[in-house]
Amino acid sequence: MSSNSFLFSTIRGFNNAVARALVSERLASAPYLLQQFDTRVRLICIFMLILATVFCRRLSLLGMLFAFSIVLAISSHVSIRSLVKRVWLIVFAFTALIALPALFITPGEVILHMPGSTSITYQGLHTALLLILRVETTVTLTTILVLCTPWNQLLRALRSLGIPAELIVIAAMTHRYIFLLIETTNQMFESRISRTVGVLSGSQERAIMSQTAAVLLNKSMDLSYEVYLAMMARGFRGDIRLLREPHLRAWDCIGLILIGFLATFVIWMGR
Amino acid sequence: MHIPDGYLSPSTCVTMYALASTGWYPAVKRTKKLLATRTIPLIAMFAAFSFVVMMFNIPLPGGTTGHAVGVTIAAIVLGPSGAILSISIALFLQALFFGDGGITTFGANCFNMAIVGSLVAFVVYRLIASSSARPSRRVLAAAVAGYIAINVSALFTAIEFGIQPLLFHDALGTPLYAPYGLKIAIPAMMIGHLTVAGFAEAFLSAGMLSFFQRAEGGFLGKKPILATVAVVPASINRLWLALGLLTLLTPLGVLATGTAWGEWKPSELVLQMDADSSAAAVPSGIAKLSGIWTAPFPAYAPSFVKNPAVGYLLSASFVVGILLLSSLLVKSVSGSSSRDSST
Repeated sequence: MSSNSFLFSTIRGFNNAVARALVSERLASAPYLLQQFDTRVRLICIFMLILATVFCRRLSLLGMLFAFSIVLAISSHVSIRSLVKRVWLIVFAFTALIALPALFITPGEVILHMPGSTSITYQGLHTALLLILRVETTVTLTTILVLCTPWNQLLRALRSLGIPAELIVIAAMTHRYIFLLIETTNQMFESRISRTVGVLSGSQERAIMSQTAAVLLNKSMDLSYEVYLAMMARGFRGDIRLLREPHLRAWDCIGLILIGFLATFVIWMGR
Repeated sequence: MHIPDGYLSPSTCVTMYALASTGWYPAVKRTKKLLATRTIPLIAMFAAFSFVVMMFNIPLPGGTTGHAVGVTIAAIVLGPSGAILSISIALFLQALFFGDGGITTFGANCFNMAIVGSLVAFVVYRLIASSSARPSRRVLAAAVAGYIAINVSALFTAIEFGIQPLLFHDALGTPLYAPYGLKIAIPAMMIGHLTVAGFAEAFLSAGMLSFFQRAEGGFLGKKPILATVAVVPASINRLWLALGLLTLLTPLGVLATGTAWGEWKPSELVLQMDADSSAAAVPSGIAKLSGIWTAPFPAYAPSFVKNPAVGYLLSASFVVGILLLSSLLVKSVSGSSSRDSST
């Protein structure tokens, strides 16, 4: 079986996901800039910056927001190397692929003639740059938030922002068991690889994937029943209570006001 | 199909959040009612399962691979409300973990994949499988439901992309968000889904269903798992109140002046065209077809009513009455047929 087969690539994807979660756990508990703020403040600030990015229609202001997100990443000890490798290059490749034809097909003022009667227009270039810069900035901001915030705190912050408690509990449980299911699936694939000799046909490959998915669903359902029994054994009666968030400190309020001001400025000037 | 932040305008994002809420709200309400049962761990596990399944590389004919969403099997096993919640939560975690789909576009992604996908998959599966216990028919139903659900979801995504340059551009005509109109966005999106992603979902759904029928049929009762849990019927008084209130508010429509774009009468169309050309005339097709049907309540007012606000109120009451009568008729017919089948 070749090293780039569907099973290996799926396992690679799983391993990357687990590795990323481990990095996030380590960084989230470190004492750097963003980590110092209350989780609710972090969440609201990043959301305001994302909103400002989506609203902004000026390249110069978008560039400023992107630079700000880099400063935020550096001061929160997020590795720029891993941002480049895992976020910027991937997002750039994906977005540029979509934005590239816009350079040529958007009608407008021609700024560069290309061979074969095609030309790049100012409007096309502006659209492509807007799209790429906007997507890079928003994905960078989301990545910084996730890397600098423990998952349980992020969910608690969402609860204090009015998301129903039922959804928070379901999301927390989902997050907890995703890694168990990834581990289980990895083991199923590895055992399948170790027992497979020769080359599989297309239909056999599809059968392996759908059977693995079916067994995984079966295991998930069994697990959900066990979790339910555990909840009942601990006295779950349908009332959901979450820990109360601590009061905001002066430092949190200052951060919130500054970012609020920056986001409003970008939205106002970038109309 | 996961739309990242920055591709859709803020107003589209808000609209899509509002549309997604129409699916989330009843799903959360239903889950709240079922809290005493094992709904929470069931939906959580299914969301975790959907998250993991979305990472599977499904080998397809032709040597390529594609990713499935898992929405079809979720709709078949959990029913639409459970599927909407579990796929939405899986998408939420995907957006935060992998940046796969944005925060501002989360509403759009959930509407396209979790809500439209679940509803289409559920309806198509039910229509084809019907109450048949034949395994081959149910497998076929799952495959067709998966293929259609993914492609309808992709079509909605393409439409959201395609309307961006029409609605959001600057004074020079530069598109401010997704740059391609419907003519490019729809084929570009649909080719990939009609040829790859749709088949990935179809193979996964059919393969899983086939496996369950051979190995474990517990999930595949005549009803989805969540539908088998008893639900306390809620009072519909609030619904009646809201309906009455909305009917009373219909005269607000009178406040809007002018005619909506594209809804002109032939005479108004000539006036619109006159602004651009001196020799404007009603196109022959419009002139011919516009007289075919004369509405009994033109402009939302019967001819004998002189006050437009009263006309709006009468029209709204008339339509609500017709809809209520129709639903009572359907209920009585379906009630008698279910009694026949149970005896």
